[in-house]
Amino acid sequence: MAKVLLEMKNITKTFPGVKALDNVNLKVEEGEIHALVGENGAGKSTLMNVLSGIYPYGTYEGDIVYNGEVCKFSTIKDSEEKGIVIIHQELALVPYMSIGENMFLGNERGKSGAIDWNETYGEADKYLKMVGLSESSRVLVKDIGTGKQQLVEIAKALAKHAKLLILDEPTSSLNETDSKALLDLLLKFKKEGMTSIIISHKLNEVAYVADKITVIRDGATIETLDKHTTEISEDRIIQGMVGRELTDRFPKRHGVKIGDVNMEVKNWTVHHPLYPERKVCDDVSIKVRKGEVVGISGLMGAGRTELAMSIFGQSYGTNISGQLYLAGKEVHLKTVRQAIKNKLAYVTEDRKGNGLVLSNPIKVNTTLANLDSISPHMIIDKDKEYQVAEEYRGKLKTKCPTVEQNVGNLSGGNQQKVLLAKWMFADPDVLILDEPTRGIDVGAKYEIYCIINDLVAAGKSVIMISSELPEVLGMSDRIYIMNEGKIAGELSAEEATQEKIMSIIVTSGKGA
Amino acid sequence: MEKTNVSTILRKYTMIIALVLVVIFFSITTQGKILFPQNINNLISQNAYVFVLATGMLLCILTGGNIDLSVGSVVCFAGAIGAVMMDKGVNMWAAVLTMLIIGLLVGVWQGFWIAYVKVPPFIATLAGMYAFRGLSNVVLQGLTVSIKSEAFIRVFGGGADCYVPDLFGGENFNMTCMIAGCIAVVILVAMQLKSRINNKSRGYETAPLGSTLVKLAVIGAVILWVSYKLSSYKGIPTALIWILLVLLIYGYTTTKTRMGRYLYAVGGNEKATRLSGINTKRVYFFAYVNMGILAALAGILTIARLTSSQPTYGQGYEMDAIGACFIGGASAYGGVGTVPGVVIGAVLMGVINQGMSIMGIDANYQKVVKGLVLLAAVTFDVLSKREKK
Repeated sequence: MAKVLLEMKNITKTFPGVKALDNVNLKVEEGEIHALVGENGAGKSTLMNVLSGIYPYGTYEGDIVYNGEVCKFSTIKDSEEKGIVIIHQELALVPYMSIGENMFLGNERGKSGAIDWNETYGEADKYLKMVGLSESSRVLVKDIGTGKQQLVEIAKALAKHAKLLILDEPTSSLNETDSKALLDLLLKFKKEGMTSIIISHKLNEVAYVADKITVIRDGATIETLDKHTTEISEDRIIQGMVGRELTDRFPKRHGVKIGDVNMEVKNWTVHHPLYPERKVCDDVSIKVRKGEVVGISGLMGAGRTELAMSIFGQSYGTNISGQLYLAGKEVHLKTVRQAIKNKLAYVTEDRKGNGLVLSNPIKVNTTLANLDSISPHMIIDKDKEYQVAEEYRGKLKTKCPTVEQNVGNLSGGNQQKVLLAKWMFADPDVLILDEPTRGIDVGAKYEIYCIINDLVAAGKSVIMISSELPEVLGMSDRIYIMNEGKIAGELSAEEATQEKIMSIIVTSGKGA
Repeated sequence: MEKTNVSTILRKYTMIIALVLVVIFFSITTQGKILFPQNINNLISQNAYVFVLATGMLLCILTGGNIDLSVGSVVCFAGAIGAVMMDKGVNMWAAVLTMLIIGLLVGVWQGFWIAYVKVPPFIATLAGMYAFRGLSNVVLQGLTVSIKSEAFIRVFGGGADCYVPDLFGGENFNMTCMIAGCIAVVILVAMQLKSRINNKSRGYETAPLGSTLVKLAVIGAVILWVSYKLSSYKGIPTALIWILLVLLIYGYTTTKTRMGRYLYAVGGNEKATRLSGINTKRVYFFAYVNMGILAALAGILTIARLTSSQPTYGQGYEMDAIGACFIGGASAYGGVGTVPGVVIGAVLMGVINQGMSIMGIDANYQKVVKGLVLLAAVTFDVLSKREKK
């Protein structure tokens, strides 16, 4: 048995009114990859914040034993000195600084206040090589993609002489190839003796990379699964996370009749708003029928969101050309308002950034896209607004004390439901859902799927953009695969498999 | 449970509690002089411009913490044009209308740069601050133009004889004012009860009866008390009518209309608002056009109160307005703030000013205190929000 590097004993952390962690125990052995899984709000991030000193010693109960000694961290610096480095879900890089500057931010190389740039960039390049990046460390962070930025974060951690690397949802904004590369990097580090803790929602990745998996539910440790002693499957993990067996992750649709074509896009070409010579969508033609769920699969940056937003009242892109037909008639939608009027809705992938007004209550968010219908003569009918918000809260089973609650105080899953409610209230015929279940837990995902089924059962059309292949496969009647701005292929639900989709992406990439 | 209740109440009514404490403090230090009818009256008349400007500023701040630095200069500019016109014998209503149109045009000018060209509001209005100050000087040719129209002064002013005439001709007590106060209270109670009964009958959530009653009782008592004080002096100052008009219109606009909703939404999340099919440029434009008109109204009130127009009028007014908004709980990031909050903020600033003046504190030190109060108010706001997380 390997040496225990870290042991967290009976950690209890209370926030005013909530017990976020209740006697949590975690044991991590040297040189292993330990995954921490659990639903949103289960307490994973809180636990890691306790470990890294963000919640200082004294604000929690219990002991952290690291390398055989009890640690009392009061700042992040303390934990970093011991080699515990945490990489947060939201990247903490300054876009207008170079990779090298970012890597040594707060940890500058040089003497007595003066920065030694040669040493900075030399060192930085060394660490970049370790994570397999060929970029020069003088490149600005804004000029590299998210996948590479994530690697820079890891290089930054290495530069701090990390012995225990904590990654909070490292692949949440990465596509499949970048995710795979990142996970393989972790496996490589493992061979070199690095210990990692990874927090992830993506169970297939966890199953791929982790030696042990600790499941946290409602602030308590449920179990630790060991890859070497038990068979670890996704279903097995889910069972621990939700406390019951999810026999079916995707609800079945029964007897939904697929009708006429509801929306059709022909020869749709969109150019990048800043670099007009670059085509973001190139001659795309897709259609969706009444009662149909159409999935759009593809890698990050394939142009899926851009396609959706350019259709939705030209809210993205320049020099947009092509035809758009709604219910058989050609329409020209120049503004979002026209798009909404023509019964089109786009539910953004970025609910906090582009979707919701977090400082406003649920009822205000629910009605924002269709305020006209409840405000005759410019005056808002508050009774009606309340009724509408209540109606959708009931329909979508949004968990909240009242609809007066600010959306910012809700969990991710419930925020997503409010966002859906907002667009359902706009009464569209065609809904484009962009990553509708990103960052929400398994239970809430299931409920979102049920809502999608209800929508198509009511004769609406749904286009679902998703990076999670199981979800696309489980929910769609038909799947388009997009790559580099083009439709690379189309598969029916029956013939589609993960392997087929990936192979279409890979071969189309080579052809181009 | 009891403890969390107290702290939430404290947090919610911080500024009201602060106001009460400040009033008590000055009552003691001025031996009650601050509560003399005349001083209550002055508090309203002297600060009329603050209420009007702060209400306009609130709309700008709501759109994302955007401020308008030019309002002081616009107050002066609009006032200067009106004063010169009346000096040349133009009818006062024509002059008033012109001033409001000037305000509107100034708003259109600045709104255009801010909303459609995307010049940062700080810069666009800083430019306006210089430009309109300069133009005021040009219009007045560097001189003081006095206002002779008695009617103008009486309708808009807060000076010596600018009061709503007493219908009952009372000697020492203005009955009209007291009755107006009583009517206001009755309307307030009736409206509250009506909405409560409505909500109950439809099964909506209603605030606990006790807290509603306490709130009503406190607000009613304040209205009656102020009416009593004013009645004991000369009655309702005409400036108060304009203040109330502005507050009512904008209180309604911000809470009940589509445009009001858009202001909060844009400040809360501009991208989400745009993707909800709302023309966000128009929202910014509206906020600044509106600010221009209110600045002109403040200009009218200012020259009427001071019965003249000078190139230095309105200096620092923008800061009073911004201060009142932030003290009144508006968020420096936008999306949060209310008209009643602004009223509290403006009154608090006014009381502090007046209290110190009565105590005979040097004007320079008054500025120091005002600055510290603003800092304290916003610091408290920031800290109380941090606690919640």
